[in-house]
Amino acid sequence: MSTVQTKVDEARELLNEHTLKTVHWHFSDETGSPFWLEKKRELGFDPLKDIQSFDDLKKFPLFEDDWLRGGPVRRWVPKGLAGKPVYVFETGGTTGVPKSRAVVEDHWKDYELFSHTLPDQYFPKGANWLMLGPSGPRRLRLAVEHLAQYRGGICFCIDLDPRWVVKMLKKGWMDQVEEYKKHCIDQAVTILTANHDVKCMFATPKLLEALGEALEEKGTSIAETGITGIFSGGTEFTPQWTRYAVEELLGGPPEEGGVYMTPTYGNTLMGLACSKPVTAEEGYKISYYAPQPRAVTEVVDMDDHTSVVGYGETGRVKLYTLTDEFFVPGFLERDEGEREEPFETYPWDGVSGVRPYHKLASATTVGVY
Amino acid sequence: MLHLPALRWGKPYESLEKQNVVHFDTGAPIAQVSQVGGGIVQRDLRSADKARQALLQLSADELIERCKQAAELFETATLPMGDATQDVDQFVHQQSASTGLPEHMCRSNMAKNAFVLANMEQILDCLTRGLDLSILSRGYGEEGRGVTVSFQAQTPILGAVLPNNSPGVHTLWLPAVPLQIGLALKPGSQEPWTPYRMVAAFIEAGIPREAFGLYPGGHDAGGAILAKSPKSMIFGSAETMRQYAGNPRVQPHGPGFSKILIGDDVVDDWPQFLDLMVESVLSNSGRSCINCSGIWASRHTREIAQAIAERIGPVDVRPPQDPEAKLAAFTVPAMATGTHAMVQQDLAEAGVTDMTAEYGEKLIEKEHCAYLRPMVVHADSPDRSVASKEYMFPFVSVVECPQDEMLSRIGPTLVGTLLTQDQPWCAAASRCVEIDRLNIGPIPTNRLNWLQPHEGNIIDFLYRSRAYQIAEMPAAVS
Repeated sequence: MSTVQTKVDEARELLNEHTLKTVHWHFSDETGSPFWLEKKRELGFDPLKDIQSFDDLKKFPLFEDDWLRGGPVRRWVPKGLAGKPVYVFETGGTTGVPKSRAVVEDHWKDYELFSHTLPDQYFPKGANWLMLGPSGPRRLRLAVEHLAQYRGGICFCIDLDPRWVVKMLKKGWMDQVEEYKKHCIDQAVTILTANHDVKCMFATPKLLEALGEALEEKGTSIAETGITGIFSGGTEFTPQWTRYAVEELLGGPPEEGGVYMTPTYGNTLMGLACSKPVTAEEGYKISYYAPQPRAVTEVVDMDDHTSVVGYGETGRVKLYTLTDEFFVPGFLERDEGEREEPFETYPWDGVSGVRPYHKLASATTVGVY
Repeated sequence: MLHLPALRWGKPYESLEKQNVVHFDTGAPIAQVSQVGGGIVQRDLRSADKARQALLQLSADELIERCKQAAELFETATLPMGDATQDVDQFVHQQSASTGLPEHMCRSNMAKNAFVLANMEQILDCLTRGLDLSILSRGYGEEGRGVTVSFQAQTPILGAVLPNNSPGVHTLWLPAVPLQIGLALKPGSQEPWTPYRMVAAFIEAGIPREAFGLYPGGHDAGGAILAKSPKSMIFGSAETMRQYAGNPRVQPHGPGFSKILIGDDVVDDWPQFLDLMVESVLSNSGRSCINCSGIWASRHTREIAQAIAERIGPVDVRPPQDPEAKLAAFTVPAMATGTHAMVQQDLAEAGVTDMTAEYGEKLIEKEHCAYLRPMVVHADSPDRSVASKEYMFPFVSVVECPQDEMLSRIGPTLVGTLLTQDQPWCAAASRCVEIDRLNIGPIPTNRLNWLQPHEGNIIDFLYRSRAYQIAEMPAAVS
């Protein structure tokens, strides 16, 4: 049996154990959340008895993110975590009631795990960070700040209201969108040129692009400001965009340009999936791997979400979140992609070529910040 | 399969992302086009000055001569096209296949583009009112009356976000090249053919390749051109027009709402203008902004509508190779069904009559495309909402309106043809700011005289007249 296969089997065993433990936590009267304890009555099966493995999670109906709209938000907090301070993170909300997720420490744990995947050479311990992304009631902003602190640094942030950006885009106020982007970039440039020893940053692809352009217009560059490590995310993070960023914005691969950039894939529901190293030799292909067993991604048949597609085949991304704070037994993400093989570092399935699900793509506003 | 790379100031760039151009009827891929993002566009536009510098190496007269050669090449030669070559027939087949335009219309649009390019000298002479073009190159000069004149280029390049379905509009950006202004074009996803072939012809004719950028891509690429080019054009819907109205950096082109207004003095003789009206409505499958969407008269409107309906109502779908084909396909079927639904709403209003009702079903749906057959609608008053509508197929509303109210009721009108000998009314039409191109007399709305400006003079868009005073420096004192 190959080493990778051994690791795959071990990881699967761990996932099954973790699933069992998580289900018991969320569906036991002493520890479960009011939401799931209430939902248990509608299920037609007993999760405490009938869920014996990860595959058994397919017995649950699909998680509907609309359940997260409106309160009381405390119904999502497991009784087993009573008394702990709770954050609420929102997603959407340009119009109407946003989706809310109650979090205690999940965002810290996810980003601590992620921290261990970052190369210290480019993300030096103790270096300060810039969070060039959305502010407000967002998980990302606090998570990046925690990441910086976990690595011994301090995180600088900007003001960026993505809901206002979406409104401007819907109104067709493109000039104002540009001005708002400049306003965000001005804040970033001010921080980067104020002697704060910022070496690492999070940036969305659009903002990273705009930052690079703004710095070059001033006769400098991202590398020259001292940045050596960048992590970024979103469906706009395509192989072509990565190639453009590496070849033109960052002055070449890390060993030439001095800047290392890694893509991530995630959201408020799941957390954060890491990428296999992206190289020119592999055509800048981006493959994401969820932080199993806390979260799992599958690539499922477009018409049958209980069936995983073959390796290399295209399907819709399905997420599972299995932490003691939040339980998602299968959610169909608004993205599609290709199923990727496990490998040594991540001995479980991955997903590549992530892009908006083609049947929803026209209705989705992507890359607002 | 044929691959069309992006062109970054003359250098081909193969992207990792490619989009298929597909056949409108079968869905079969015809070519792959490299897609670039806004970042690449922005980056290239930062060095746009080099495009103008490359063109300034040649005089305007030399560029005009090379434009003439390019016109010949565009219309007759086998030219480089991506990783292959393309002859004229291939161009016509490919353009028809991806846009749904009948092949004979592709040929006539090709001829129109070539004509404008070949006659650039006269066109620029008219648009500049006889200015010596070297004054534009140098920035100032002596016009011949002992007065120094100065025209300052407002941009090193003209950006353009080009349409998918109207190969005739490319005439509008062609004058930039002999005016020594580079081009950054985002080709339409279904009609990359004209910009690619035109740029190939320019380069083949010896115009510096560094002057040209072709940036196929999504909204992001188009947005970057509009945001970063000091002067650009965009082709789009009425919504696009509203979005960029009053923006001095962007010249939007959209629906034209072109009209024929018939005066009381000639309306009783309306049958002699029937051919003119039919041509204005039906030419180029009614797709152009210069197609007539409204015919206004104070009386005989029902008879006029009836007569046009008898001529264009029977027009049916034919294969694109058929020289008698009059209708272009909607390559996105939802556009046809959506348009059809909007027309049904128009028809529901009291006082509106479908004069083509007896000629059968209008919406023809196929597997990958759809067609809308011609419609003539009668409106008994300009108050009917259909009186101000324009659709992307042969569609005209014949509107009953007293002559003395017409000019105040017509609304924006790209081409207005006035059929009359009523001089005071002609004078009033000349003063009416709703009309852009005014035709006095029997001129079909679709027949443009290229020696006249179109939706603003491109010279005024690209250059600004300004003061330039020169005095001799005194001799050095030490």
